[in-house]
Amino acid sequence: MTHPVLDVRNVKKIYGEGETTVHALRGVSLRVERGDYVAIMGSSGSGKSTLMNILGCLDIPTAGNYLLDGVDVSRLNDRQLSLVRNRRIGFVFQAFNLIARTTALANVELPLAYAGIKPAERRRRAKAALDLVGLGDRHSHEPNQLSGGQQQRVAVARALVTAPALVLADEPTGNLDSQSTRDVLAVLDRLNRSGRTIILITHEPDVAEHTRRLIRLVDGRIVEDVRKRELAAV
Amino acid sequence: MNIIETIRFALRGVTANKLRSGLTVLGILIGVAAVILLVAVGNGSQQAIQNSIEQLGTNTLTVTSGGGGLRGGGASTTNTALTMDLVPALEDNNAAPHVKSVSPVITGSQTATYAGTDATISQALGTYPEYMTASNYTLAEGSNFTMDDVNDARKVVVIGQTVVQNLFDTVDPIGKQITVSGKLFTVIGVLANKGGSGFNDPNDIAMVPITAVEESLTGYGSLNQLLVQATGPNDVTEAQNEVTAVLDQKLNITASTATTAFRILNQAQLLSTRASTAQTFTLLLGAVAGISLLVGGIGITNIMMVTVTERTREIGIRKALGAPKRTILTQFLVEATVLSLIGGLLGVAAAVIGSQFSIVSIKPVIVPSSVFLALGVSVAIGLFFGSYPASRAAGLRPIEALRYE
Repeated sequence: MTHPVLDVRNVKKIYGEGETTVHALRGVSLRVERGDYVAIMGSSGSGKSTLMNILGCLDIPTAGNYLLDGVDVSRLNDRQLSLVRNRRIGFVFQAFNLIARTTALANVELPLAYAGIKPAERRRRAKAALDLVGLGDRHSHEPNQLSGGQQQRVAVARALVTAPALVLADEPTGNLDSQSTRDVLAVLDRLNRSGRTIILITHEPDVAEHTRRLIRLVDGRIVEDVRKRELAAV
Repeated sequence: MNIIETIRFALRGVTANKLRSGLTVLGILIGVAAVILLVAVGNGSQQAIQNSIEQLGTNTLTVTSGGGGLRGGGASTTNTALTMDLVPALEDNNAAPHVKSVSPVITGSQTATYAGTDATISQALGTYPEYMTASNYTLAEGSNFTMDDVNDARKVVVIGQTVVQNLFDTVDPIGKQITVSGKLFTVIGVLANKGGSGFNDPNDIAMVPITAVEESLTGYGSLNQLLVQATGPNDVTEAQNEVTAVLDQKLNITASTATTAFRILNQAQLLSTRASTAQTFTLLLGAVAGISLLVGGIGITNIMMVTVTERTREIGIRKALGAPKRTILTQFLVEATVLSLIGGLLGVAAAVIGSQFSIVSIKPVIVPSSVFLALGVSVAIGLFFGSYPASRAAGLRPIEALRYE
């Protein structure tokens, strides 16, 4: 293994100008190895969501470098960035962000469609991903016919269907009850055991317990970085 | 992701939200249909007036009595009544070289009966045979009466299509006898159908020799009008001057007479006025259509902007999942095209169906250029405002599009 999955070097993010300037990130450096399972904790306003959006290539840092699989993301153009988002990263949002009035299967197929995979193969892989999150019987349900936990598991299936190296989850259980939380975490745990790198943001210590490494952010800086379990053998 | 996939995505996007798509289509439909129909109504009324110009004949003058009663009260006696004496004077080639024919007319509404069926003929008129050609009627069957019939006061009649329908229905009227005011008249001819020239039905007509009417229906009296036919459409003004001169002389009218004893109605003048009125009408409708195109266009703009803006989050999700900008743009462009085209074509269909019915007694006639204009403008607006906000949203960073509320 030549380079880490993530290599964040002194990343800063500043919002606004003049008096209203907000320093969301004040220089974060972070390396995440393949197969790791990282929890990022911090109070609201600590910059953890900003960090996550930068890691997911949804936003760009004001300063600093971010290397994903050894590639400096800031050098990529729009088209290359969409390829990175599509192939390397699976993103799970707190608000699920499924496409409305579209079946679970079609939602999960979407990243595969953008990857240019043929419909038959797409369908097979999307079904496999839905089976994996325990929703094999909910293919043709639309988001508004699913519970929050089920919607989030569809979102997880969508994030993992392209077999990305990195799964990012921004408070995936923030809107869920405890049973749904357990279901979603079980899926994430299983993914990590199979060698996927996972980074999740959470408020809840219970959720953080599942991970191998805990990072605590305060005011845009990393104040704590604890390894709790060894990396899974990859 | 190839183009067919993108189109399939777009169609799925259209069908996923039926209400939104339906409203968009409806907005475009109304915009397009309103423009086409309004212009068609204007065009239809103009054509109706053009038809009536052709049908009334542009080379005729109608002389009516001034109706002012006795005037002057001085030495000269002014007779305002039009009489049969005037006809030979007007037909005199020396005095009035530009007059081709003169038809005296006695007209009124009469009830006719055939085999127990009653019908009111709104224009029962006694006249000369020339009246038929002068007023642009043609024969469908049978024959017109002749000057011989007039001289002998024969009781023969030529009837219009409405009278045929009212009295005879399916029976062949030629040779049948109808009763008008207690006298029997033999039908010798049927007029061909003549298009409407206004509020009167020109087919509700019966023509008989004037002598037969004078004797049997109204007795001797004054004429209602004289229909003067000029030698050609360009000679109407000269004919009018000659007729005026002859009538002034015959009716003892001098320059000192305060008002004229008769009026001459020049069909060409009347119709040119009406034609220019119709043109104004078309201009007005064109302006209304332009405004409705504008309003419809703003409506389309509105609904397109709102739906795409509403879908900014969806665009953010798609970008987060790795959709390239071009794919998103193509999808929204195809969606806008599909909605605009369906709306536009349905609008054209609605206008075509609507033009089959007469609107405020005007039969609309569709102007092809208005179809292309309305369709082109609406589709262009739909495309632009469907794809421009989408391209703006697709240009955002995914996180900005996702946060958009």
